[in-house]
Amino acid sequence: MAILEVKNVGKRFGGLQALGDVNLSVAENSVHAIIGPNGAGKSTLLNCLVGKLIPDTGSVMFDGQSVLGRKPYEINQMGISRVFQTPEIFGDLTVLENMLIPCFAKRDGAFRMHAIEGIDNEKDILGKAEHMLEEMKLIDKREMNAASMSRGDKRRLEIAMCLAQDPRLLLLDEPTAGMARADTNNTIDLLKQIKEERDITIAIIEHDMHVVFSLAERITVLAQGTPLVEDTPDNIKGHPKVREAYLGETQDAA
Amino acid sequence: MLGLNKKDFGLLIIVAILTMAAPFILNPFPEGSAMAQFNAGYPDLMQRLVIFGIFAIGFNILFGLTGYLSFGHAAFLGVGSYAAIWMMKLLTMNVIPAIVVSIVIAGLFALLVGWISLRRSGIYFSILTLAFAQMSYALAYSVLTPITGGETGLQPKYTDPRILDGALEAGQSPRANLFGLDMRASSELVMGNWVFTFNAGYYIAAIVMLIAFYMSIRIFRSPFGMMLRAVKSNQQRMNYTGLNSKPYTLAAFVISGMYAGLAGGLLVAMDTQVGAERMFWTASGEVVLMTILGGAGTLIGPVLGAGLIKYMENIVSKINKGVLEQWFAFMPDGIEDLLVTMIYPFVGKGWHLTLGIIFMLVVIFLPGGLVEGGQRIGRLFGRKKPSDSSPDGSKTPAE
Repeated sequence: MAILEVKNVGKRFGGLQALGDVNLSVAENSVHAIIGPNGAGKSTLLNCLVGKLIPDTGSVMFDGQSVLGRKPYEINQMGISRVFQTPEIFGDLTVLENMLIPCFAKRDGAFRMHAIEGIDNEKDILGKAEHMLEEMKLIDKREMNAASMSRGDKRRLEIAMCLAQDPRLLLLDEPTAGMARADTNNTIDLLKQIKEERDITIAIIEHDMHVVFSLAERITVLAQGTPLVEDTPDNIKGHPKVREAYLGETQDAA
Repeated sequence: MLGLNKKDFGLLIIVAILTMAAPFILNPFPEGSAMAQFNAGYPDLMQRLVIFGIFAIGFNILFGLTGYLSFGHAAFLGVGSYAAIWMMKLLTMNVIPAIVVSIVIAGLFALLVGWISLRRSGIYFSILTLAFAQMSYALAYSVLTPITGGETGLQPKYTDPRILDGALEAGQSPRANLFGLDMRASSELVMGNWVFTFNAGYYIAAIVMLIAFYMSIRIFRSPFGMMLRAVKSNQQRMNYTGLNSKPYTLAAFVISGMYAGLAGGLLVAMDTQVGAERMFWTASGEVVLMTILGGAGTLIGPVLGAGLIKYMENIVSKINKGVLEQWFAFMPDGIEDLLVTMIYPFVGKGWHLTLGIIFMLVVIFLPGGLVEGGQRIGRLFGRKKPSDSSPDGSKTPAE
C-alpha cells in the first residue's frame, strides 16, 4: 500500500519548468530513493511534499489525505518529518532541550500555553528525551550547546529529533552531503538500524550512489523535472536510459 | 521552593532583600556630605527604579527569549498609564482597579499590535512596532485630546465623578491610595547623620516588581519559555517540528505588553499624571537599552540595566558645573579649569554621552551585558580557589 502518492505534480518558476509531470508512489515501510542529476527537480519535489512550496498542478496525498495548502507544521503533525541537507537544529539550546522540543510537539500539538509549570516536572517527557539520546549515543553530550557539536553528531541529533515524533514518513534531503566517508557509513548504518527497529517509511534524496544502493529498496530517477524510470536498485544499475542520463559518469562509485 | 529550583529561588531571595533594604542600600552617604548627591534613596527615584525594572523584565520576555526586537513598547506603557488615570477619574483613587485595568487594556492593545506586526520578522517587525508607537503618540498628542488631554496630559481633579469615592471639597486634591494608605506617605528614620526614607508607594511598587520577577522566572523555566528560545534559535526547524511559532511569539508579545501596562499603571499610581511624551520613541528605545545593557535573555539583567539607566538619568544629570568646581577646588586654578572643562560634557545635561560610552563598552566587551560582567568576575574568583588548594593536593601524592 502506498503511504505517499504524488500525482501529476508540476511546478514552474517563471520560465523554468522545475517539475513537469511527476507521478510517484512510495510504499509503506519501504526505503525509497529519489536520484537525479543537478537541477532534476529533486529538492523542488521535496519542498512540495512538506508544504514549503505549493505545486501548480497535481495532487500530493499522504495516507489518503491531501497535504496541499497545509502549512509545514500541519504536515509535520500529520506524520512527515524532514531532515535537512545542512542539519537544522536549535543551535543556542542544549542537546537535551533540542530533544525535548519534538517530544513536547508530539504530546501537546502545534501550540500550548504551558508557561507556569517548570520543565523539571515533566518527568515523562524528560524520560523520553533522555531515552532517545541514549539510543543515539548522545547522552553524554546532553548539557552541551547543540551548535558546538561535530557535524556528524548534529546529523544524529537531527534524525533523533525527527524520530522522537514517531513519524510515519521520514524525508531525508541528501543526509550525507559534505560528509567524510566514515561519517557517511555511520549514517548509513544508523538509517539501516532505524529501518529495522521501527515501522517507518523512509524517502531519501541523495547524490551519493554508495548511500543509495546500500539503503534503497526502490529508486526513482528524476531528470529534467520528470521521472525517467522507477525500479529496484539492481535493475536501475543496468538500465540503459539511466546510465545515459546519470550514471555514466559515476559508474565506478556504483 | 515556590516551584523554583535552588539557584532561582536564591536569586529571588537576593532580589527581595535588595529591594526591601533599598532605602538603606541606596543611601550610603550621610546627609550634607559632599557625596550626598550620589544618594538615590529618595522615594521618587526608588519608585522609578523598580517600575522601569518591571518594564524591562517584561520587554526581556519578548526580546530576550524570542529575539523579536520591538521598538514600540512605550506605547503599551502609555496606554496602561492612560487606562489607570481614567480609572482614577471615573471610579476611585484606590490604585488596585487602576493597575488591573492598565494591565488588561495594555494587553488588548498588544494583542492588536502584535497580531499585525508579527506578520513580519527582523527589521520589518521592529519598524512596524515603531510605527504603531509613533502613531499612538501622535494620536494621543492631537486627535485623541478628549481622551488623553493632548499636550497638557491628564491628572485627577476634584471635579471628576469618581463614583466609588465620596465627593471632594473644592481645592482638595485627590490622592492615590491603597485602601486609604496614601502612596506618598513616608516615614523617616534618622540615624546620626543618615536619613532613611520609607515610602508606602515604593514598597507597594517593589512588591509588585517581586511578583513580576517571580512570574518571569517561572516563564523562563517553563516549556513555553523553551519554545520561545527555540523561536529565536531556529524558526525553520520549529515549523518542521510541528510547532506553530506564530501563537508563541504573539503570546510573548502580549505578556510583555501587559508588563509594560503594569509599569504604566504603577507610574500613575505613584505620580498621578500622564502625558503623551511617555509614548515617544525615545522611551521605547530606553527599554531596549536597559535590556541589552543588563543582559538580554538573562533573568536579572534587565532589572540591573533599568536600575543603572534610571540612576544615571537622575544622579549623573544633576552634576552641574558648580558641583564640579567644588570637587576640584583643591587643585591649582589652571588644572581645575582643565578638569572641569574635560568632564563637564559627560555630566549634567550631557549624561547621555556617558550612557552612550558605557553602552558601547558593554556591547563590545561584554555582549552578555552586566550579567556577563558579573559572571566573569565570579569565574575569576572561582578559578583562584582551586589554584589555592592545589598545593595541598600535590602534597598527597608526594607522601
